[in-house]
Amino acid sequence: MISTTAGYISASGGVDCHLMSGCGFPAPGAEIFLFEDIFTVQLASLEFGFSKVTVLLLLGVVLIVGFFSYAFRKPQLVPRGAQNLGEVGYVFIRDGIVRETIGKGGEKFVPFLFSFFFFVWILNFFGILPGAQLPATSIFAIPVAFALIVYFTWVPLGMIKQGPIGFFKNMMFPPGVPKPMYVLLAPIELISNILVRPFTHAVRLFANMFAGHLLLATFSIAAFYLISASVIGILGSVASFAVTVALTGFEAFIQALQAYIFTLLAAVYIGSALHAEH
Amino acid sequence: MIDVLTRVIAATAEGGEEMPSVLAVPLDELIIGLIAFLIVFGALGKFALPKIKATLDERADAIEGGLQRAEEAQAESQRVLEEYKQQLAQAREEASAIRTQAQADRTSIVEEARGEARQAAAQGTAAAEAQMAADRAQAMSTLTRQVGELSVELAGKVVSESLKDDARVRATVDAFLDDLERQAAR
Repeated sequence: MISTTAGYISASGGVDCHLMSGCGFPAPGAEIFLFEDIFTVQLASLEFGFSKVTVLLLLGVVLIVGFFSYAFRKPQLVPRGAQNLGEVGYVFIRDGIVRETIGKGGEKFVPFLFSFFFFVWILNFFGILPGAQLPATSIFAIPVAFALIVYFTWVPLGMIKQGPIGFFKNMMFPPGVPKPMYVLLAPIELISNILVRPFTHAVRLFANMFAGHLLLATFSIAAFYLISASVIGILGSVASFAVTVALTGFEAFIQALQAYIFTLLAAVYIGSALHAEH
Repeated sequence: MIDVLTRVIAATAEGGEEMPSVLAVPLDELIIGLIAFLIVFGALGKFALPKIKATLDERADAIEGGLQRAEEAQAESQRVLEEYKQQLAQAREEASAIRTQAQADRTSIVEEARGEARQAAAQGTAAAEAQMAADRAQAMSTLTRQVGELSVELAGKVVSESLKDDARVRATVDAFLDDLERQAAR
C-alpha cells in the first residue's frame, strides 16, 4: 500500500509512469484525502491545522454568505437578477422542504435548513470545481460536525416540545402496533433514532462524496496512465477520459442530491421532534 | 461504495501508523467544520434571510391584497350595475305610466276643448243674434223718429203753417206714425 501511495504521487507529479513502462497502475487510495497542513495554530492544548480542507471550508463560507448577502442586500418586491436566483433557493427550501416535511411551526427553521443545503452543496461542488477538486464533505469530520449540529438541535427540541419522558415514549412506542411487538420495537426504535440516526446522517453524505471523488481520481489517473505507444493504451486512455467527463456530470447531480437529502433528513428529524409521530 | 470503504479501511490498517483512517475525526477539523457552519448560519439567519422573508411576505400580502381589492371592486361594480338596472326599469315604468296618463289626458282635453268650443260658439251665436235684434230695434226707432221729423218738416212746409204748439204737433206726429205703423204692419 505504501508503494501504491508512492506510485500515485509519482503519477500525479508527472513522473513517467505509463502502461508498458514497467510501472503498475497507481490506483488512488485513502491517501488522496490526506493533506499537509499549510500552517498550524496552537490554541490551548489543541493544535489547529490549516490544510486544503480548511481553505475550502473558508471559501465555501465566503461564497455562500457573500452571494446571499449580495442577492438579498436590498430585496425588491419585484425581484431582478441575483435576488431572483436567491429567491428560487429560498422558496425551494421553504416550500419544498420545510412546508412539506415539518409543516406547522417549521417556518423558523428555514434559515437553519437553508444554510445547511447551500453550504453542503457548495462544499460538495468543490469536488468538480477546477482548482479545488476536493469535496470538503468527503473529509469525515465535516459531515460529522454538521450531523452533530442537527442532532443537538432536534433532540433537545423534542424534549422541550414533548417533555423528556413524552419524547422517549413517543419515539419508542409508536401507536398502531400490537402490544407484544413493543418488546422488539422499543429497543430498535431507541437505538435507531438516538444512536444510528446521527451516524448514518453523517456517513451518507461522507461516503457518497468520498466514493465519487475516488472514482473521479481513479479514472483521471487511468486516462493519464494509459497514454502509451499502443492501440489498447490509446483507446483505454480515451475511454477513461470519456468516463471521467461523464462521471463529472454525474457527480454534479449527486452533489446537489446529497445536499438535498442531508437537508431533507435534518428537516424530517426536526419535524419528528416538533410533532410526535401520528 | 462499501467495497471502497472496506478496502480503504483494510489498507490503512495494513499500511501502518503513517496512514490515518478516513473515518478518523480529528478534533480540530471537527471544530473548524462546526465554526464554518455556524458562521454561515449566523450571517444568513441574522442578516440576509430575514430581509428576503420580509420581502416575500410583503409580496404575498400585496398579491393577496390585490386579489381582495379586485374582488371588492367587482362586487362594487356588480352592485352599481344592479342599481342602474333597477333605476332604468323604474324609469321605464314611469315613462310608460306617464305616456298612458298623457294619452288619457289628451282625450279628455280634446273632449273638453271641443265642448267648450261648442258652448262658446253657441254663446257667440246667441249674443250676435241678441245684438242684431237690439241693433235692428234701435235702427228702427231712430228711423221712425227721423221719418217723423222729416214728415213734420215736410208737412209744415206743405201746409205753410207754423207748428209751434207742441202738443198738437206731437198728436199729429203720433197720429201719422200710427198711420205709418199700420201701413207697415199691413
